[in-house]
Formats: sequence, C-alpha cells, structure tokens
Amino acid sequence: MHELSLIASVFEVLEEKAREHGAVRVTAVVLKIGVMAGVVPELLESAFEIYKKGTIAASARLEIVPVPIRLRCPDCGGEAACEDADFSCAACGSRRIEIVEGRDLIVERIELET
Amino acid sequence: MTVKTITVVRDLLATNAQAAAAIRAELRARGILCVNLLSSPGSGKTTLLEALADRFRGRLRMAVIEGDIETERDAERIRAKGIPAWQITTGGACHLEARMIGKVLGEVPEAIDLLFIENVGNLVCPAAYDLGEDLRFVLLSSPEGDDKPAKYPQAFLSSDGLILTKADLVPYVPFDPARAAAEALSIKPGLKVFTVSALRGDGVDELVEYLAKALERLRSGRA
Repeated sequence: MHELSLIASVFEVLEEKAREHGAVRVTAVVLKIGVMAGVVPELLESAFEIYKKGTIAASARLEIVPVPIRLRCPDCGGEAACEDADFSCAACGSRRIEIVEGRDLIVERIELET
Repeated sequence: MTVKTITVVRDLLATNAQAAAAIRAELRARGILCVNLLSSPGSGKTTLLEALADRFRGRLRMAVIEGDIETERDAERIRAKGIPAWQITTGGACHLEARMIGKVLGEVPEAIDLLFIENVGNLVCPAAYDLGEDLRFVLLSSPEGDDKPAKYPQAFLSSDGLILTKADLVPYVPFDPARAAAEALSIKPGLKVFTVSALRGDGVDELVEYLAKALERLRSGRA
C-alpha cells in the first residue's frame, strides 16, 4: 500500500544519478523487489507510470526482478531458499532462521541517455 | 547520444534505516525504552495502552506517539489518562516512518521511561519500517481469528513479542489462543507471547513486569 511513496524514493535516486552523469533522459529502471518486501509489483508498476509523467524518466520502462526468500541457519550454517512459506532450515529443521534475502527494495541499475 | 547503463544498488529503505538508527541511539542515550505496537485496526492497541497507563501510574512514566491516517482521537484517549501523547496523522499513508518519529522526538520530555509508538492499524506495511524501537509487539485480537500469523508472516517474523488481545471474547468467537500462539511461534521461535484482556485486566501485569525488566536491561547496557 505504500508503493507510491517507494516510487517517490526511486525518483530521488533517478534524479540524483541523472544529474551526476549529465543525462538528458532515463530510459530504463531495474528494481529488485523481495517477495517479502510487503509491496505488490503490479502496484509499483502503476505507481511508476503515474509518477514518471513530466519527469526525466517520462519514457522509461520499469523492470522488476523478484527476489525469492533465502534463509540462513545459525545452528548448522546452511543456507537455502524458503519453500511454501516454511520458515525452517531445509538441512537441520531448525526454526531459528535468519532471512538473508527476500525483503529487498533495491534500485539495481538504470539506463541513461547522455 | 550515448546510452549508458549505471549500476546503482541503492536500498530504498536506507534513508529510513538511518533515521531509525539515529532515533535508537538517542533514546538509548536518554535511557528510554521504545516499543512499537503493530496490528490490524481495531485489535485493541489504544485500549491496551490505556490499561498500561493505569498500571504504570506512580511507577514508570510513559509517553505515546499515535499514528493514524486521520483524527486526534487516539491521542486524546491517551491524554485523558494523564499521559503525554502526540498524534501523527499520515493523511493516507499506511505506516509510520522513522522520519515522522524523529520530528516528534524533540518534544518528548526528558523525564520519560517508556515511549510507545502505536503504528497505523495495518498488519502489512508497518512491518517493513524500523522506527528505532527496542521492542516490537504485534497484537492479534481473538475476533480476528487464529489463522492470521501464517497469512501475515512478516509482521510476526519482525516482532519480539505477540500480544493476544480481547481474551475476554474467547468464549464467544472461534479463536484458540494456543493455536494462534503455536502458529506464530512456528514462524518466529522465541516470540514472547502474552494473553491479555485490557478491559478486564487479565494478563496486563505480566506485560507490565516484562516491560519494566526490559527497561532495566536497557539502562544497565545489557539490552
């Protein structure tokens, strides 16, 4: 539900990078979004389309790369993907797990025209 | 015209994380225990805070930051208990962010022991935002159903404690507190579980003692 405010943060990054590189246009944006980040990719896409009008990224396309949940087990040191929302270690069954990936909200890369 | 691809790798929550770290450092330096309350709307966050205000009166000094989309209602209820309270109205935003807390922090009196943040009623978005709290509690009320932990795992995974509220309604609704607790613990082992009825008073003392001990630990640098 806070997709529009996240997209506003994306545009802060875009404007900063465009200035830094003397770009005339931002043509593509790649976001890495964890499946547990609490955001809906479709809503991010809609928010991006609304927000981009009249900006340096007005014609940019958005690519969202989903990041699956990855767990690390402090008991056995194992690391594995999280299957079917089962938050336990695939190797030893421990439930004292840490989430190492899957909450990501990252501007991974952008494509600029200079 | 040249097209360039720039690798950025910028975390969109980095600004929030920095603001949260500053809040945590400031509150720890001031010896204030900060507790963030998360839940869906109507699960009893404000009523629990009213019950805590009655229990802590004369023992520990509390203050409350209230987050809501609209109205001062919750802050007014807390102030009626003689507790300083600030209302943040987000005007539509579904969660509180650390910067919003930072703006209010300067007004929080020095002589405070416990600072509660009542987040916007929502079991999804607030879970993603660190507010600089020492403890995060998720509330689940009996009328909501005992199947919620698996449906909203991040709220439970990111919390230190679970407070099952409205225990007085358990006889009237299909809610098994043991099942709710077991499901939450399967997602987050070590989650400290409390069962309370803020209206009737059951279980509130256990929570009061837990918070008083957490404050002692914080002040002795063992937090």
